[in-house]
Amino acid sequence: MTESMDGRHAIEVADLTVAYEDKPVLWDVDLAVPEGTLLAIVGPNGAGKTTLIKAILGLIEAAAGQVLIYGKPYPEQRRLVGYVPQRGSVDWDFPTSVLDVVMMGRYGHLGWLRRPGRREAELAMEALEKVGMADFAGRQISQLSGGQQQRVFLARALVQDADIYFMDEPFQGVDATTERAIVTLLKELGAANKTVVVVHHDLQSVPDYFDWVLLLNVRSIAAGPVEQVFTAENLRRTYGGRVAFLDGDRGGANGDSQAALDERQALPEAGR
Amino acid sequence: MTIDFTLRTVALGTAVLGIVSGALGSFAVLRRQSLLGDAMSHAALPGIVLAFLLTRSRTPIVLLIGAILAGWVAALLMGAVVRYTRIKQDSALGLVLSVFFGFGLMLLTFVQRIPDAGQAGLNRYLFGQAATLLEQDIVTMAVLGGIALALMVLFWKELKLLSFDASFGASLGFPMRALDTLLITLIVVAIGVGLQAVGVVLMSAMIVAPAAAARQWTNRLGVMVALAALFGAVSGVGGVLISSSGGGFATGPTIVLVASGLVFLSLLLAPNRGLLARWLQRQRSRRRLRVTAVLSDLYTLAQQHDDPEHAHDIAVLRTMSAGSGGVGHTLETLAERGLVRQSRPGHWTLTQAGRIEAERIARGEEE
Amino acid sequence: MTFDQVEIQLIAAVAAAACALPGAFLVLRRMAMMSDAISHTVLLGIVVAFFIVEDLNSPLLITGATLTGVLTVSLVELLNRTHLVREDAAIGLVFPALFSIAVILISRYAGDVHLDTDAVLLGELALAPFERFRPFGVDIGPVSLYVMGGILLLNLLFIAVFYKELKLSTFDAGLAAALGFSPGLIHYALMTLVSVTAVGAFDTVGSILVVALMIAPPVSAYLLTDSLPRLLGLSVLIGVASAIAGYWLAHFLDASISGAMATTAGLIFLVVLLFAPERGLVALARRRTRQRWEFAQAALAIHLYNHEDSPEAVLENRVDHLSHHLRWTPEFAVRVVQMAEQRGLIRRKNGHLALTDAGRRTAQTMLAAT
Repeated sequence: MTESMDGRHAIEVADLTVAYEDKPVLWDVDLAVPEGTLLAIVGPNGAGKTTLIKAILGLIEAAAGQVLIYGKPYPEQRRLVGYVPQRGSVDWDFPTSVLDVVMMGRYGHLGWLRRPGRREAELAMEALEKVGMADFAGRQISQLSGGQQQRVFLARALVQDADIYFMDEPFQGVDATTERAIVTLLKELGAANKTVVVVHHDLQSVPDYFDWVLLLNVRSIAAGPVEQVFTAENLRRTYGGRVAFLDGDRGGANGDSQAALDERQALPEAGR
Repeated sequence: MTIDFTLRTVALGTAVLGIVSGALGSFAVLRRQSLLGDAMSHAALPGIVLAFLLTRSRTPIVLLIGAILAGWVAALLMGAVVRYTRIKQDSALGLVLSVFFGFGLMLLTFVQRIPDAGQAGLNRYLFGQAATLLEQDIVTMAVLGGIALALMVLFWKELKLLSFDASFGASLGFPMRALDTLLITLIVVAIGVGLQAVGVVLMSAMIVAPAAAARQWTNRLGVMVALAALFGAVSGVGGVLISSSGGGFATGPTIVLVASGLVFLSLLLAPNRGLLARWLQRQRSRRRLRVTAVLSDLYTLAQQHDDPEHAHDIAVLRTMSAGSGGVGHTLETLAERGLVRQSRPGHWTLTQAGRIEAERIARGEEE
Repeated sequence: MTFDQVEIQLIAAVAAAACALPGAFLVLRRMAMMSDAISHTVLLGIVVAFFIVEDLNSPLLITGATLTGVLTVSLVELLNRTHLVREDAAIGLVFPALFSIAVILISRYAGDVHLDTDAVLLGELALAPFERFRPFGVDIGPVSLYVMGGILLLNLLFIAVFYKELKLSTFDAGLAAALGFSPGLIHYALMTLVSVTAVGAFDTVGSILVVALMIAPPVSAYLLTDSLPRLLGLSVLIGVASAIAGYWLAHFLDASISGAMATTAGLIFLVVLLFAPERGLVALARRRTRQRWEFAQAALAIHLYNHEDSPEAVLENRVDHLSHHLRWTPEFAVRVVQMAEQRGLIRRKNGHLALTDAGRRTAQTMLAAT
């Protein structure tokens, strides 16, 4: 099931459409992601980036379209997919430890009723080591910083031992150490021929961290290898304004691109 | 002896109530659905009355089933309203609570017109009459409560997943909606079990208070649930004992007050989280800051003075610490630690050790 | 209709109107359950005040009860600020405790006085006409009518005078604070009104109905309109309707008036929930179905547009090919084609599909609009 076949796509999305009340939030999105790709999804606020991931994972209902994972419908292939949701989607005051949260990633493998045991704890510790959080295993999650929380979520996804990972804004608001840890992890996953799809908010780092990019603004503006697709023209079409930083010196121009991003007032995210 | 026996029965009944509602209430509280207990217990009333009207039987199990079914319908309705409309959860709760209860009251007036139904007085369902619990009531409560607890333990990890990160659980393929229904059903059973003892109005407290208290003492879900069960039982038994001590206190409200008292004490006294603990920690850090500040001030004075051994008037130090008191006390603490020395009354200077320490602090700050 | 019946309905209607107004804001501010909490805790205020003056008709009772309402809100706020319990838990802890104290005080010390807990929760509207208001010896109606009328006026006045502040602090507390309106003050003022209303309505309709009348009509109105003034107006209207319909229901069934009013309020909500235009469940279901077909037709138009004048056009434009490319079941594809044809978006020729001008424009619009 997971051997790589030439030309086989890890993820295929066709005509995916999601509507909120009467407005399309995602319209007719097609996407074919080859195995082993690190894909960034970028777009302005309200472009439907989180919605896309949630629709692929079946967390929200799509008005139309299909998703195939390694050629089969998603519900059949859940075991192959790992998910890192946004940090803010959870109450971090919940009484549980870091290790416990990571072990939740194994619940899918355990299935109904079976309890997590030593093996699950070992796998969880391994995942925690990979993200540099092994020392925090017994820590209550409310005592973690934002970056630490993010790494716990990553570990939870890693422990799922999936072939495809979806991550929703993992770099949002994290410290430098965490950012480095996440990037290292991404590269390792890519090297292991895993496919990783990441909703990303920072345009500047896209060429550094990712192989492919999907420019999304309700519709798929362009998708493909970064060198081909991540052009000023495409970005303009996506963000609707001038994206200064690509036209020259990169340093410190992030402020301008930010302004360009905010200029494009798109539809509100469905975010249910 | 009869009195003792009744007391034991009642105490046992309320203990069961406390355990079941405490344990299951933990999940409601963690999911920010604390008031679900309030809504469900009010919503149970029409179920109870209808069950009686349809079966003309007042056996607890029948009424209990009516309560559970009504609570269940209410929960489903609430869920649908919140999911498909823009009505928020608190409004849905209040709506269901008041409308169902009002409907129940209306039905109750039917009942009261039936000749032999004089016993089905309002008070029993509003405030419960723990004192009238019979042994078979306890058995029913224990069996149903036991089943609910067993299911909770069985589906422990699924319920934990539901409460902590439902969308992650959905991505794993677990049917989160069904699990939500399961949890709500368990809570409704817990409420049904407790209604006879504390009644509709006070049942909500038994869902919230033990769990809220328990949360303060632990950071582990399992411990919290167990502790909540314990607190619930203590509230139940404690309330019964106090109310039967002849003060004329109604049982139900007394149980609730014991539970509330436990919450109050927990909020105050719990280690780490508790208000007292937090106050102590604040005092400790303030003291630490003051020690550092006074030491640094002495160091500054020593540096600026020709004679480093010169002892400085405490008044000077006080001026430098303007706004934060306790300079004298801090100096004494420093003296105990061998960092300063009072060479003449009211005049202080750094010792050798004190100078080293002050230098260390100064370096730390500059970095 | 007897005169008494008219009076009862009048009192009920006035009470409903008085409750609907603050209730609308509670619903909008997501504080609906405070109505439940306050309507229970005011009992404590009444009891304590009663112990002081030993007179059931003293105005101190209303004052005491109102103060307890404010006390409730303050305690909840206090608990919140410790960050040790969540807001919903705070409410669920405070009011049962206060209510229990009240019940214990009543059962222990006031057992022989008519401070009947039944009445507290239920009220007894049927008895309302019997207590007359006799200023200077002239009987001008039942006391409850004037009490509730006064409260209604108070609520109306408050909303009229502070409309701007209420609106702003409800929808954008941050902005309100920045502009110098104190949202905290508005909050407490609103809660005081809720307390006063709850206390006033106690005697007649009981605390449970107060909650029903504060929440159900505004919630129904919330599904019917987007404008705040209309929400307030509709809430009052629906509240009055519930009151009157409830009265007749109780009359017909010979049942508790309060219970019946709560029930009718609920029934009205149910009807609105199902049939509200746009927001009702029926409308939602219909919209979803409509959307599915509309999106499918638009997808068809775009698909045809993308392949127009291309070599594969001959292949792509065949009806049976649609199932394959767009991954529609054959039946679905046939229906979509039929609908698109009916709407004039496409033409059918020998199993081939072609866009009409209208269809082409549709496709272009959909592609351009993002």
